[in-house]
Formats: sequence, C-alpha cells, structure tokens
Amino acid sequence: MLTIDRATYDAIVAHARADHPDEACGVVAGPAGSDQPARFIAMMNAERSPTFYRFDSGEQLKVWREMDDRDEVPVVIYHSHTATEAYPSRTDISFASEPDAHYVLVSTRDPEAVEFRSFRIVDGVVGEEPVEVVESYLFGHSPAEVVYDCPNQ
Amino acid sequence: MAIEVRIPTILRTYTGGQKAVEGDGDTLDALFADLDGKHPGLRGRLVTDEGALHRFVNVYVNDEDVRFTGALETKLNDGDSVTILPAVAGG
Repeated sequence: MLTIDRATYDAIVAHARADHPDEACGVVAGPAGSDQPARFIAMMNAERSPTFYRFDSGEQLKVWREMDDRDEVPVVIYHSHTATEAYPSRTDISFASEPDAHYVLVSTRDPEAVEFRSFRIVDGVVGEEPVEVVESYLFGHSPAEVVYDCPNQ
Repeated sequence: MAIEVRIPTILRTYTGGQKAVEGDGDTLDALFADLDGKHPGLRGRLVTDEGALHRFVNVYVNDEDVRFTGALETKLNDGDSVTILPAVAGG
C-alpha cells in the first residue's frame, strides 16, 4: 500500500503534465523507516525523451547525499509514461535498483484522465499495490479516498 | 592506501550489509579488482565483460562522475572517497 498526501500526489501529477510529451521523473524522500513520502523532489530527465528517463548523475549524487545527511530514503521513485499505460515497462523493471521504494507510474496519454499507480519492484518481480491519498499524515488511518484499488492483489 | 567506497543498498549483499568498505588501488580499475578480492562478485556488477564501466552504474570519485575523469582509468589518491550509485532510469 502506498499512503501519500494530497499535496505530494498533486505535485507528481502536475510535474508529469508539465513535462509531457517528455517523461517526467523524480523522488519523494521520507524519514528512514517511516515509509512516508514527505519531501517531493522533481528531478531533471537527462534523456529528455518521450520514451526514456534517466536521473542526471550529478543531480542524483546531490539528492542522494542530501537524503543521507537528513536520514531519509527514497520512499517513492516516480516517472511518467506519455503514450502508454501507467505500468512498469521491461526497462523499468530491469533498472529498478531501490528495493524498498514504491515505484509510482503516471500516464499522461489522456489529458482528461489521471492514471496514477504504484508498484513494488524487487528482484525483477513487479507487484502492484493500492494507492491511498490522505489529506495529511497527521491524522491516523482515515483515508480521504482510495484512489486506485488495484484489481489483482 | 585507504580509499572509502560507499556502497548502494542493492550491492550490499556483496559486502555483508556494509554501506561503506575500504579498498586500495592507483586507479579505479585497480580498486575494483581489490574490492572484488574482499567481496567476490562485486566487480561483476560494476564492470562489463568487455572491461568497461557498466552504463547504468554511476561512480563518483570525490563527487565527480568518473565518466568525465577517465572512467576506469581514473587515478586515485590516498584519502579519496568513491561513491557508487545505480542509475535511476527506465522507459
């Protein structure tokens, strides 16, 4: 299950729409062990491509070092698909290198509809998980809405 | 010569869970060979069979991406710090 606050969810979707037709990508950092995506960090797509993304290596070092200094981890790693569904591609699966992260995919193929889905990718195996959007992390487990309850759990 | 090498989560299976290890070598290539001796299999995740740096692994020496400093030929000095980060990429 990915629990994410409304502001961060909106920021991810806005970034994906803004960069369309290129793929957008980024990280949401959170305190180590919390599984809480707290700090949204849009990253540059060094490939600037509609079908591929890659974090700029210098920017990635800076962000990873900063997370380390703040005792944070990448809770969410997100990117967008601009013409296909919000599901990890073969490339996404083979390059997934953070086993504890929630891999969020947003599809911008339809300007009217939001497709926002979350996955765990560990050792080449993809598992979809439901996404719960909350108004704030402060108030326990009363979700404002479950945005996407995946069909095959 | 003591060079600190920071290891990303995904490669810590080779280092017994350690997030930083020490190695020795005049060049990055020599360092990786040294590390492989202590942590078998690690070098294979960093260097291809053709002897080049894996395209989707970022290696930094003192915060500089080694793609700009000679890749595996990058010279190392005592006290240098090496960081390895798998590239975050996809399609």
